[in-house]
Amino acid sequence: MNEAFSHPVAGQVPVLRLGDVLLVTLQGDLHDSMAHRLQQDISETIVRSGVTGVVIDISGVEMVDSFLGRVLAEIAAQSALLAARTVVAGMRPAVAITLVELGLTLPGLRTALTTEAALESLARPVAGPRSGGGRGESP
Amino acid sequence: MDTAAGVGTRLPIRSDMDLVWVRQHVRQAAAELGFSLVDQTKLVTAASELARNTLVHGGGGEMEASHVAAGGNRGLRLTFSDTGPGIDDLDRALSDGYTSGGGLGMGLGGARRLVHEFTVETAPGSGTSVRVTSWVSRPPRPREDV
Repeated sequence: MNEAFSHPVAGQVPVLRLGDVLLVTLQGDLHDSMAHRLQQDISETIVRSGVTGVVIDISGVEMVDSFLGRVLAEIAAQSALLAARTVVAGMRPAVAITLVELGLTLPGLRTALTTEAALESLARPVAGPRSGGGRGESP
Repeated sequence: MDTAAGVGTRLPIRSDMDLVWVRQHVRQAAAELGFSLVDQTKLVTAASELARNTLVHGGGGEMEASHVAAGGNRGLRLTFSDTGPGIDDLDRALSDGYTSGGGLGMGLGGARRLVHEFTVETAPGSGTSVRVTSWVSRPPRPREDV
C-alpha cells in the first residue's frame, strides 16, 4: 500500500464565497487534521472577508462521529464570536439517526435540509437561537 | 454458538490517517455483508469512536475485523486493542459526558449504543481491548424476554 498516492481525500476542503456567505462543502472522509485546518481557515476567512454567514454542506459526508460533531459545533461557536451565523446543511438521514443514538444532538447547531434552504435562512433577519433554518416555520 | 468465518483482517491504528482506513474498511465489510445503510453508518461511527480511543488514549494499537455467523445470521466483529495505560474506572469511562481526551465524552458509552454486543477488557497498566459485534439482522429475543 503506497500511502503517498492513496489518500482518500486529497488537498483541502473548498471554501467558496457567495456574497455575504461562505459556502463550505465537506465531502467523503475527512482526516482529523484536515478538519482542524478547516476550522482555522473558516475563522480567518470570516475576519478577512467580513462575511456574515457560513453554510457547511455535509450532504456528501457519510459519517459524523463525536470528533467531527465537535468540530462543527466549534466552527459555529467561533463564527458567532466573529459575527457570522452558521448553518449545517444536507445531513443524511442515517447520519442524523446515528448522531442521536450516539448521544450527540448538538443543540446549538442550526441546520437546514439543503444548501438552498440554508442560504434562505441566512438571508432572513436574526431570530432567537435555534430558530431552525430550513423548515420555514417560526413559533 | 457463533463461529468466526474466515481470517480476520488487522489494521494498524497509529495516526489519524489510519482512522480513515479503519472507517473505510468497516464500511466496505458491512456493505458486503448486507448491512442496511443506517446500520452501516452506526457501525462505522462506532468504529471511528473506538479507533480514536485506541489512538488517543491507548497510544496506538490495531483493529481486527472478522466475519461471524450464528444460527444463519451473519455479523461483523471488531476488536480494538492497545497496550496503553488501561482504564481505571470503566463505569465512569462508559458514562456519557465523561472525557479525558478533549472530546465530547460520547466515545465509549456512545459507541456501545451503536452496536449489538460490546465487551471491554482492561486493567490499569495492561492495555485495553474493546470487542464489538453487530449482526446483519438482530437475532430474535428469547421468549422469556418478551
